[in-house]
Amino acid sequence: MPDWADIGGSSAYIERRKEAQERALRIGLPSFEEELWRYTPIDELDLSNYKLDVPGGTVLDAGLTEGLDSDAAAVIHVVNGKVSSIATFDESISVQSEGDELENIIGSVVSPEFDFFADCNLAYNTAPIFIEIAPNSVVTSPILIRHHTTVNNLVWFPRVFIHAGENSEATVVEHQSSTDVDALVCPVTEINVAQAARLKYLTVQEHGANIWQIATQVANVERDAYVSLNQVALGGAYARARIDTKMMGQGSSSETKAVYFGTRSAKHDFRTFQKHEAPHTNSNLLFKGALDDESRAIYTGLIRIESDANDVNAYQTNRTLKLSDEAWAESVPNLEIENNDVKCSHASAVGPIDQDQKFYLESRGVPSDIAEALVVKGFFGDLLDALPVQMVGKAVNVRIEELLSLDLERSST
Amino acid sequence: MTTLTIKNLGVAVGDQQILDGVNLEVSSGEVHAVMGPNGSGKSTLSNAIMGKAGYQITSGSLELDGQDLSSLPTWARAQAGLFLAMQYPTEVPGVSVRETLELALAERSTHRIDVQSMLIEEANKIGLASDLLDRALNVDMSGGEKKRNETAQLAVLAPQIAVLDELDSGLDIDALRACAERIEVMTEEGLGVLCITHYHRLLDYLPADRVHILVGGRIAESGGPELARELEADGYARFVESDNDSEGVSVAIGGLSQQTSASQTELDDPFADPLA
Repeated sequence: MPDWADIGGSSAYIERRKEAQERALRIGLPSFEEELWRYTPIDELDLSNYKLDVPGGTVLDAGLTEGLDSDAAAVIHVVNGKVSSIATFDESISVQSEGDELENIIGSVVSPEFDFFADCNLAYNTAPIFIEIAPNSVVTSPILIRHHTTVNNLVWFPRVFIHAGENSEATVVEHQSSTDVDALVCPVTEINVAQAARLKYLTVQEHGANIWQIATQVANVERDAYVSLNQVALGGAYARARIDTKMMGQGSSSETKAVYFGTRSAKHDFRTFQKHEAPHTNSNLLFKGALDDESRAIYTGLIRIESDANDVNAYQTNRTLKLSDEAWAESVPNLEIENNDVKCSHASAVGPIDQDQKFYLESRGVPSDIAEALVVKGFFGDLLDALPVQMVGKAVNVRIEELLSLDLERSST
Repeated sequence: MTTLTIKNLGVAVGDQQILDGVNLEVSSGEVHAVMGPNGSGKSTLSNAIMGKAGYQITSGSLELDGQDLSSLPTWARAQAGLFLAMQYPTEVPGVSVRETLELALAERSTHRIDVQSMLIEEANKIGLASDLLDRALNVDMSGGEKKRNETAQLAVLAPQIAVLDELDSGLDIDALRACAERIEVMTEEGLGVLCITHYHRLLDYLPADRVHILVGGRIAESGGPELARELEADGYARFVESDNDSEGVSVAIGGLSQQTSASQTELDDPFADPLA
């Protein structure tokens, strides 16, 4: 348990954090018998193996976001529970790591009692970041946050709040990475997209093989606003992301996309909610994954349409390729619709790669293993091409080719 | 000189025997047309030649210049010199024709080949818009564009023997002429063609040296180009009716004349060489 005296902030904020801590201690870790934790290894989590600390440090490897700094509107480094640097290059962006404004806004999107890990995050976060994009501004370069972990047996709680002001436009990249350590990282990202704003958000999860990550992202989308939440998930021993989009204002829309690739015995876990609370709203979700070796993936998704939300389009698709016989995936899409004037669909498929596609490539003379890798690469192609930051999309594409042992000769054309 | 030799080929899909003792021999520079009604086994023949999963060879042999093809995976058959232009070319999202052919040709030779220039040149010859070459394979292409794309790939890969599975389906007459005439030029340079088709019109531009009628999983009759003309006039009725009496029919292919009695062989020993 942390010493509250070491943590700055107003007494009201500390009071809220203590309440969150008490609640977390009361409800305790979830059980895999709960619907939202089914199929997970949550019962294997022993919190006493981890130490809450703020050793700080520096980003040792930029990985998939290497080179993005020079073109970024802001670069924020948070390492091992401590803010190590904040640099902004655009007047339309304000970044705060403390103060009344930050304290007041934290918890306004991910409310108390959301779940155990959100409560823990509110109680124990040590390096919150509040990013505000000024109304009516267009920030063309991406805002880059790196959450980096390099210490064994550490547990920490990255916290980000993004407020896209009315009619603003911006792109935020959150890079979660680590060295080859055994640690627990539980980030919470709150996103508020004000009226008519357009926000694109990309999480690149590139953890080492022994990291447990339990992430929560919630976006509130106000009237006529748009949010795009994108995930690239490549690492971790157990990497979970709960991703909620709430269409709160009429005319709002969201796109939620994920690319995940499992190797070794990695477990990917995605829980999504598309909540339509207002009329004339749209949401589209597309999650694609490939599982090699003994890796596993769990996807459960819910589209929820409230009774007064008419004229709604909501779609949800999850496709997972099994690249080995030992890989395992579960995909459970769900709909809850309280209104008749809606168009909804959900689809999910888990299976091997398309044999007709493989045969076509082989019939040209492409060897079987390369043909198979090409089919997988092509499977992700539409998502990677459409990632908010092209440079990252390309880097991820190269990483996936490496994972597929696909050594393509890259020509300039 | 390269020869594709198909002897007494039996092919089953699942529990169903589709081909039942097919004999064909296609050599460099020759055009053999295999014609037949729907369901006669034409596409099974092309898929079996290329080794598609699920097409089980139950008898006979498949050889290219004496090399057994039936034990080779599909890609190795292609590398050995075969090409299949598919009836319904598969869409492969996210994979371009250029990278596919580069990877295929890289297996053949370490010599760097400018595939893109070759593709553009071939596309121009057959009226395929070159911007289609940047798209994912067969994705968002019309039927005609897919067939032109198959033809352009055939020209760039320059195989020894090409199997054309209903190249004409989905092609308008201009595209048909462009593709067929391009392939005709390739045959003059030594390409052997096994052209599987339902209709005669492809053969107007890609004249066949030999025409074989495939009915009920076996070659019911073989002849010269006049046989295709006869089909155009009279249809397949004559062959379909005589299907039950087709044992011991004389098949003459590529200058080779042979007597088969496939069904009798099948009664004795399904794996026996019919020529033995």
